[in-house]
Amino acid sequence: MVEFENLTVAHGRNILVENASGRFNAAEATALIGRNGAGKSSLLRVLAGIDRPKDGTVRVAGKDLASMSAAERARTVAFVTTQRVRISNLSCASVVGMGRAPYTDWIGRLSDADRRAVEAALAAVGMSDYASRTMDTMSDGECQRVMIARALAQDTPVILLDEPTSFLDLPGRYELAGLLSGIAREGGKTVVYSTHELDIARERCDAIALVDPPLLVMRPSADTICKIFHITDKK
Amino acid sequence: MTGAGRTYRLFAILLAVTALLFVVDMTVGSTSLSIVAVWDALWGDADPTTVKIVRSIRLIKALVAVLAGAALSVSGMQMQTLFRNPLAGPYVLGISSGASLGVALFILGAPLLGASAVQVQSLGVAGAAWAGAAAVLLVIAAVSARMKDIMVVLILGMMFSSGVGAVVQVLQYLSREEALKSFVVWTMGSLGEVTAPQLVILAAAVAAGLLTGIAALKPLNLLMLGEQYAATMGVDLRRSRAVIFISTTLLAGTVTAFCGPIGFVGLAVPHVVRTMFGNADCRVVMPGCIVLGACTMLVCDILSKAGGIPINAVTALLGIPVVVWIVLKNRN
Repeated sequence: MVEFENLTVAHGRNILVENASGRFNAAEATALIGRNGAGKSSLLRVLAGIDRPKDGTVRVAGKDLASMSAAERARTVAFVTTQRVRISNLSCASVVGMGRAPYTDWIGRLSDADRRAVEAALAAVGMSDYASRTMDTMSDGECQRVMIARALAQDTPVILLDEPTSFLDLPGRYELAGLLSGIAREGGKTVVYSTHELDIARERCDAIALVDPPLLVMRPSADTICKIFHITDKK
Repeated sequence: MTGAGRTYRLFAILLAVTALLFVVDMTVGSTSLSIVAVWDALWGDADPTTVKIVRSIRLIKALVAVLAGAALSVSGMQMQTLFRNPLAGPYVLGISSGASLGVALFILGAPLLGASAVQVQSLGVAGAAWAGAAAVLLVIAAVSARMKDIMVVLILGMMFSSGVGAVVQVLQYLSREEALKSFVVWTMGSLGEVTAPQLVILAAAVAAGLLTGIAALKPLNLLMLGEQYAATMGVDLRRSRAVIFISTTLLAGTVTAFCGPIGFVGLAVPHVVRTMFGNADCRVVMPGCIVLGACTMLVCDILSKAGGIPINAVTALLGIPVVVWIVLKNRN
């Protein structure tokens, strides 16, 4: 569970979210929606501990994110960015193995248990057959799944994803959203991801959060969403 | 696993080739020697002149080649990984232009103040080059500590080194012929100016740089995925950046100080290693760079001696096709 209190998030001088309080539940996939530039990514970066909030606190499993060491944070929150990783000569298994970094020794040697975690993570996203494929030979959807497997291998109670469905075709988007909901429910994890797909958010997620600067609306009503996205009923 | 077996086999082959090239390198020079003659001379079993040539000139030069090749290649790997840019090399941060400035101030600046070029040179070009390289890196590191985005650091480094290059040009323009020539010769690079006591310093600095590099291997590997990913996997970005900068200064800075700026090796070797081993994992690429870097520099030295041309011309002629290949390979 991720709880935040009096949270203010800014990008430069721009206040994106002001004095918001609420929580993202465990075993739920929450879709973070909002217009371009509303501050979805900035909010996710703050929740991941990459950026500091302007004000307020974020607590994960009851512990203040700001008081955690980098290593402790890495064992608590995993993050999948929008950055596409296309490195030649780097196998999927190596990338997913990097997710074990918070648990490995100074040079990152994988134990048998780590290897099993990597295999399980690849299996969970349906990419077991791709373990020895290199990252430059795969489609966008496959790469995205590997990056999610990496987050799973990190074995954290919280997984945050920034627009995981972009670059994917329509069936791919629905599949991925289903996968993320499954990960949340089966693993009891708190999954939060930003998306522009309102349909996916409504049909495949357990909850919706809306960023409408300077407000962060948890579980907004359909009317509010329609207003923000200028959706009108055409008869 | 077959992959691991292949990796070890490749290392064994590369090590054997390096050893062979090391001996061949010592046979080439103004007087050609057979491999047997070199071997005997190494153990003191030859006439005193040959023993002297092999032991105190060729052996040292071959060792310098090994150290320089290994150090520049590892430094290139670090910069390519840190900046996630295939065309980064040991000199992207301005280490070579910093070293050039140090040497230019030393060789060109001192005569302007009344000392003769020859007097000044004996004082130690290497020290001036190292001071210049370290000064530039200090500035970059100070800027980098305030910058979140590593790309800004890369651009600043490149601009800073162009600026420093302009200052060097001004110094060149103002200098007298004698001083200018010794500066230009330094910029062409040479593996042969290192004395036995200097070799000890070079070896110690390279060893320290490699050990620092090994200590930073885990964060370096995670940085392959980008700084955001690395940060969320527990990497302390500022600390890792600093450690990697220190390692690169020790490696590339020291080699440049003693041998002059040697281009293309640090840029090309890491790519060849990644392709050869089929693995981008820095824990494989770094030892690969050490061995293949040494190999490459020995080949360059052999060609340089055989053709009587400066080492920098050889590394460029060999390195440019590799760089073109990288660009073409990364086109998609």
